[in-house]
Amino acid sequence: MSRKAKTAVYGVLCLLALPFLFPTWWMVTSSLKPVGDIFAFPPTLWPSDVSFDAYAKAFELQPFARQYFNSMYIAALVTVGTLAVSSLAGYAFARIRFKGANAWFVVILVGLLIPSEVTIVPLFKMFDAWGMVDTHWPLILVPILGAPSVLATFIMRQFFLALPGELEEAAKVDGLGRFAIFRLIALPLARPALGAVAIFTFLHSWNLYLEPIVFLSSSEMFTLPQALTQFVDAYGGPMWDIQLSAASLTALPVLVVFVIAQRQFIEGLAHTGLKG
Amino acid sequence: MSTRFWTGSRRDTLAGYLFIAPQLIGSVLFVFVPLGLVFWYSLHEWNVLADTFTFVGGENYQALADDPKLADALVATGFFSAGLVVLNLSLALLLAVLLNQRLRGTVFFRTVFFSPVVVSLVAWTIVWSFLLQDNGGINGLLETVGVDGPNWLRGEGTAMIAVIVVQVVKNVGLNMVLFLAALQGVPANLYEAATVDGASRRRQFLSITVPMISPTILLTSIITVVGSLQVFAQIAVLTQGGPGTSTTVLVYYLYQQAFQFHHFGYGATLSVLLFAIVLLLTLVQWRMRRKWVFHES
Repeated sequence: MSRKAKTAVYGVLCLLALPFLFPTWWMVTSSLKPVGDIFAFPPTLWPSDVSFDAYAKAFELQPFARQYFNSMYIAALVTVGTLAVSSLAGYAFARIRFKGANAWFVVILVGLLIPSEVTIVPLFKMFDAWGMVDTHWPLILVPILGAPSVLATFIMRQFFLALPGELEEAAKVDGLGRFAIFRLIALPLARPALGAVAIFTFLHSWNLYLEPIVFLSSSEMFTLPQALTQFVDAYGGPMWDIQLSAASLTALPVLVVFVIAQRQFIEGLAHTGLKG
Repeated sequence: MSTRFWTGSRRDTLAGYLFIAPQLIGSVLFVFVPLGLVFWYSLHEWNVLADTFTFVGGENYQALADDPKLADALVATGFFSAGLVVLNLSLALLLAVLLNQRLRGTVFFRTVFFSPVVVSLVAWTIVWSFLLQDNGGINGLLETVGVDGPNWLRGEGTAMIAVIVVQVVKNVGLNMVLFLAALQGVPANLYEAATVDGASRRRQFLSITVPMISPTILLTSIITVVGSLQVFAQIAVLTQGGPGTSTTVLVYYLYQQAFQFHHFGYGATLSVLLFAIVLLLTLVQWRMRRKWVFHES
């Protein structure tokens, strides 16, 4: 590539990168500005004097630590649960020959076509009947067992299909049962696929918004996305300084983990993940 | 006796069903039962506040046909989905092609373009909402170069565009990564042969790259279209469906009817419509695969 072409490509990349970088930058720096400076003109790219007041207020106005914990533990449970359910089912559909396997696989795949918004009304009534409204059960059970885990099962099946069969044959000759073969041989080999599934499952749970606002009503049960939108003044207008500091606290930890492990994130998703 | 009953294939059948049992039971309980209930509810007039649940046959569907707001919602949905898919896929492809060059720093840029994918959706939307305020960061930056920016989220014309751009920047990294993987799978000797034959870069892109990555284009377009019909948090935070009904997409309208106006029966009817649209679009795209997807493995 010529020097000129290189400069052009870098120019385009830097320009395009702006809307991707600027919002996060603006979120963090604005959250550190004193309230009066948030809408100052001309806009300052760096807070003139750093203030953590808004961060403190986020914890005063709502049980924010509790809400943080809610989001964390729900996402962790959902991730572990989805890994178990999807690797078992994916393994069976890929490696075990049994009657009806293909038919059941197609039946389960139907779940991929059903947006969660379609089933939210009946799910609300079902969990209401079971006395589980305003608990975390709907946010845990539905992602692990329902439509969201179907994509995970599909990815695990694709991965197990590509695994060479010799190892399993040898284990069978040694007298290992199905579950032992799955647990001791197939699962350790499936680490890249499990990693990809874990990442997008965690993000999916971490991002849920419709489900929490439908199912949860008391603030100590709230998850982070729902809590973020609750920092409003008496007129329903957003308290920007607090919303931005709470948003920073929500976004930054995941972002930091991502930047450290970006290769595993991106390549895991690209190569094991959604290769149809 | 029992050892003879448990032949290898019977064992495998039992194991197979035990392995898929959680997923199967879960699908029945949380996918198929609710789907059946949605159809059942859609045949009822159900007012939660008055606690009435009466069978009304096709009345909700008649109401659907007569609902003037529904047309607005469908237009908004169509506009949003079309805008999102076109912008998302073309930007994703452009970024993937740029990052597929042998250049220093591509890993850095790849990280940058992917990073919004891992930022919490509501946090991301709140920041953009802040930036797009009349006196917010974007208009502030525009003003320093002498441009008086509009009130993005309150203008009929600009609100939808703003929602689309916010969503594209959030998720384009995912499609970019899938395209990048596809581009790296195109055999280099095809380009070498084309260069020898004197084909231009543009010609090579259209005649080699696009056909070779067409399965990925199909996959990403299905994912993006189906995803675009589920946009909720962005609308709820950025515009609440406004101004007027200009950003009230079908999902948001469904949420309003069911959970704000407590018309569960009509909400269920809108769910049936949403399901029908998703099913139809997926089938159409899947059939198109024969026409324009170059090779199938």
